[in-house]
Amino acid sequence: MLFYIFAALAILSGAYMVLTRNLLYAGFSLLLTLLSIAAIYVLLFADFVAVTQLMVYVGGVLVLILFGIMLSSRVHDKSVMSENTNVGWGVTISMLTLIGLSYTIWQAGFSSLPWIQQGDTNVLAGQKSTVQLIGIKLMTDFVLPFEIASLLLLIALMGAAYIATEKQNV
Amino acid sequence: MLAFLLTLMLLLGIVIVLAYAERKVAAFMQDRMGPTEAGPYGSLQSVLDVLKLLQKEDIVPAAADKKLFKLAPILIFAAVFAGFAVIPFTPDLIPAGIGIGVFYLLAIISLDVVGLLMAGWGSNNKYAMLGAMRSVAQIVSYEIPAGLAILSVVMICQSLDFQEISYQQGILLNRFSGLEFETNWLFGIEALGINTTNIGGITTWNIFRAPILLVAFVIYFIASLAESNRAPFDIPEAESELVAGFHVEYSGFRFAVLFLAEYSMMVLVSLVAVILFLGSWNTPLPNLTALKFANWTTGTVGELSGILWGGFWLLSKTFVLLFLQLQIRWTYPRLRVDQLMHLCWKVLTPVALGIVLLAGIWRLLMV
Repeated sequence: MLFYIFAALAILSGAYMVLTRNLLYAGFSLLLTLLSIAAIYVLLFADFVAVTQLMVYVGGVLVLILFGIMLSSRVHDKSVMSENTNVGWGVTISMLTLIGLSYTIWQAGFSSLPWIQQGDTNVLAGQKSTVQLIGIKLMTDFVLPFEIASLLLLIALMGAAYIATEKQNV
Repeated sequence: MLAFLLTLMLLLGIVIVLAYAERKVAAFMQDRMGPTEAGPYGSLQSVLDVLKLLQKEDIVPAAADKKLFKLAPILIFAAVFAGFAVIPFTPDLIPAGIGIGVFYLLAIISLDVVGLLMAGWGSNNKYAMLGAMRSVAQIVSYEIPAGLAILSVVMICQSLDFQEISYQQGILLNRFSGLEFETNWLFGIEALGINTTNIGGITTWNIFRAPILLVAFVIYFIASLAESNRAPFDIPEAESELVAGFHVEYSGFRFAVLFLAEYSMMVLVSLVAVILFLGSWNTPLPNLTALKFANWTTGTVGELSGILWGGFWLLSKTFVLLFLQLQIRWTYPRLRVDQLMHLCWKVLTPVALGIVLLAGIWRLLMV
């Protein structure tokens, strides 16, 4: 029941975000979408993922987007409006994606997959959260991707700092 | 639902006392009397202030973005109030005891920022806009040293659960499921050979279990001042430059909500500081041989005495920190923007990174 409420919220706010012309409203409805998706994660026992989603997307990405809109807007004393371009291509590609996804989901036949049938609702099995498990996995099985991701982020950080620096004595 | 109402009542009570304390402390520091008329020593002043605010007209500026303007105070208060959900008030009273409480708190507070931007933009006022921009820039920057200071505590305690961190800092350590066989050593080092598990009191607070956390506490406290827009970090609300910052256009009930959110933020950051560094709801008095001060001032868990003592210690420590915040406000001049950013990025963040490293090493010594 809760799942349907949050799913409906996510879909409605997502649709509003796409359909509204006002970029700022789109940004704020993205907040609602992200919150409902975080709630769905919680319902799936993925508490760590839910909070990380809030931390990264709401605390970081969304604030960055809003800052970008607010700093670049108001030039003509009007809220930024998005325009419709490439209607034909946009519709074609999104329809193709929809068909592809639906076909894949249809083909997968979720109810007959063995791991779902054997799935246990008591996922946490006495543990209080998934953090310990995630930590152990990250430091053993997935240590290489983890380290590569951190290296990539460091490079991005240095690049951003370099671009933002004023070139004084070149 | 009961937890919601109780927390809200408690919060309103604390905020009203705090608003009164702020005026009195300010007055005494400036050699004035402060409010004296309403009630004995003017103690009803803040209650009357709230009543006055509720009666005022709720003005929505004609040129404002009405939807955002109306929604913003609710979002800001909801974000701050949601943080209280994971705060343990006594050994067995916590609104929502989730296992990743610390992480949740950090994430939910960042929702506050979105509300601030909404308020600043919705007001359609350049002072409000500038105030919101400054406020958000400041909060986002100071989250980093605050987050690193909290991270060092998490590394020492090996837990993201506020309640588990609380239990670790007192004589009730072995009462927490999963910690039955843990022992606390003086300064966390077993080689010193002083077992403080049954001494409790101040010797088992995090700042004593790992003295390095004392530095982390100072960093967290400075950063938390900035996060709640308190002086000396109050450039978002600098009266002499920006009139009042992001809430300049708000009046009546909506202003009351913003005001409440701001003071709740102060209470929340102080509560977190107390829980993470200053022993949470544990008593500061240690057991000294025959004088079992810690046992006497802890009460029995699960009974009324435990709840009362726990709440008493938590709130009194929080009020000490809140008093410190007020005192700092009336002692230090406001920082300039460049000084603010210099302090955050070039002083606090590197020091906090060093503390995280040292906390990791200390944890290895503790094992």
